[in-house]
Amino acid sequence: MKFAGTDSYVATEDLKIAVNAAVTLQRPLLVKGEPGTGKTLLAEEVAHAFNAKLITWHIKSTTKAQQGLYEYDAVSRLRDSQLNSERVHDVRNYINKGKLWEAFEAEERVILLIDEIDKADIEFPNDLLQELDKMEFYVYETDETIKAKHRPIIIITSNNEKELPDAFLRRCFFHYIAFPERETLQQIVDVHYPGICQALVSQALEVFFGIRQAPGLKKKPSTSELVDWLKLLMADGISAETLRERDANKAIAPLLGALVKNEQDVMLLERLAFMARQGNR
Amino acid sequence: MLLNLFSELRAARVPVSLRELLDLIAALEKNIVFADMDEFYYLARAILVKDERHYDKFDRAFAAYFEGLENLNEHIEALVPEEWLRQEFLRSLSAEEREQIKSLGGLDNLIEAFKQRLEEQQKRHSGGSKWIGTGGTSPFGSGGYNPEGIRVGDAGERQGRAVKVWDKREFKDLDDQVELGTRNIKMALRRLRQFARTGAADELDLPSTIKQTARDGGLLNIQMRPERRNTVKLLVLFDIGGSMDAHIQVCQELFSACKAEFKYLEYYYFHNYVYESLWKNNARRYQESTPTHEVLNTYGQDYKVIFVGDAAMAPYEVTHIGGSVEHWNKEAGYVWMQRFLEKFDKLVWLNPYPKQHWQYTQSTQIIRQQLENQMYPMTLEGIEQAMRYLAT
Repeated sequence: MKFAGTDSYVATEDLKIAVNAAVTLQRPLLVKGEPGTGKTLLAEEVAHAFNAKLITWHIKSTTKAQQGLYEYDAVSRLRDSQLNSERVHDVRNYINKGKLWEAFEAEERVILLIDEIDKADIEFPNDLLQELDKMEFYVYETDETIKAKHRPIIIITSNNEKELPDAFLRRCFFHYIAFPERETLQQIVDVHYPGICQALVSQALEVFFGIRQAPGLKKKPSTSELVDWLKLLMADGISAETLRERDANKAIAPLLGALVKNEQDVMLLERLAFMARQGNR
Repeated sequence: MLLNLFSELRAARVPVSLRELLDLIAALEKNIVFADMDEFYYLARAILVKDERHYDKFDRAFAAYFEGLENLNEHIEALVPEEWLRQEFLRSLSAEEREQIKSLGGLDNLIEAFKQRLEEQQKRHSGGSKWIGTGGTSPFGSGGYNPEGIRVGDAGERQGRAVKVWDKREFKDLDDQVELGTRNIKMALRRLRQFARTGAADELDLPSTIKQTARDGGLLNIQMRPERRNTVKLLVLFDIGGSMDAHIQVCQELFSACKAEFKYLEYYYFHNYVYESLWKNNARRYQESTPTHEVLNTYGQDYKVIFVGDAAMAPYEVTHIGGSVEHWNKEAGYVWMQRFLEKFDKLVWLNPYPKQHWQYTQSTQIIRQQLENQMYPMTLEGIEQAMRYLAT
């Protein structure tokens, strides 16, 4: 069974091959790319394509690797012991399963998404080496080994905030989602809004690429922002003509808030637009 | 065959290990891709490369590997008998065209010309042509023949496209030897971290509190510990003015990244080389300069010192008394630098000029020698290396 994109997700050739290689050889797939190019979405779509359950483990700066395996709730056991509860005699009652355990335990193959692994502490990936490699881990409290019944398909996303250790990288396959070319972008828009007015799309893409090219932007708008912006444009009933005419009347494109996310960038675009108008005179 | 690719990658300094090679072989055995250069390229990239920084290097190495395959050309020509080519060729021509060939000096001349053209094309368009032979498609297929000569047209177009994928070198910007921005610098600077728990114990140590409490049979036993801090202290000295004007932006970026990253950061400016005074405010440098002796005595030897400058000047500015271009210095620049070297444990020089140009500037060589080679280019990789050195 091969992943070939879905009707709601456009996968480029290289992405398909990376996913299929990772699935076939049962290795985790590490996905990087600009924010908003569909890294997290990929896992959802792979789950959709393989008709498997998706288990998502969102990583925060405070997440520990151990939390993905299990947590031993010592405090409630302590409380129970003071309340003379019967539960206290079985340590199993105080072990909370983590996402990895959940994935290993599943009766059929699942997709495990480890989202934004770079947010965690620098040692986090190292603590998961053995677990991802062998797909098993040991529970000290109960003296048992949890082994994956079906090796889950693991997709890991990273925003490059921290460098990942080599030993970890060696165990993964890697794909970098480059910012899509115009053709691919057109396909993505078509997939999201079938039947959208083509003139509007091409005009919007024009504006969009114009903004992306503006020098010195703090955050370049990416695919997800484009999709949101188009939605707004359609909701507001803005036509292709309005977009085209904007140069003459307004400084910047309508509903720009969807594309540009901080005030320095808005100012920058206004200034550029102003300079462009000056130049035209 | 794959070993060639592997060694080509190692040579291009893409960090690949045996494990990745074995993975790639396993992937090929499982027929994830089959007989498609394009797909093979993507597969190899997904398995062998683990960071987009290395994509560009990978592309180049792949191109080199591919050209290596090209060199097998003669071998392949021997496999495909020329007679066969000729037959196939003639069959595809109309009577009219055959006449024209004769008028152009016969088939042999034309084939000769064709071969030449083929070679030319390989150089420019590596790969596109070889597969004509191996793939078994007729090299003179669609549009291959032109009465004015022979043009290798769209035959093997598919492979040509594949070649372009790596020849385009889309990921050039991601190569860490090129790009530099504050965010990236911050990442590089993070190598320079020495965490320690020092000071008053004012943070609740929850895990050990629980542990101790459990050990004491439920009697609460609170454990405290000091906060964890980055204790690295940094002293940065920027060369300012003159030839450094071209590097203002990159210096600003480095400065702002340093400021965000380090709690203990001190900075001073100098011009071309260090002499008896340094200053903090460029506009008031003559009113508010600080004697270098004072700087040397103020900061402890555990401060890490970074000089930022192009190190391009007249050699006497380093070596001679009175060598400074701005004032009469009583002691030569290298004497002052020597004091820095003696005082501080770790000292590096970041140079915004590309490393390969250093050898052409005598002063750069002198300074580099004085610093015992601790001069690094101001690229991400250079900064990372410098930080690694400082951190040890």
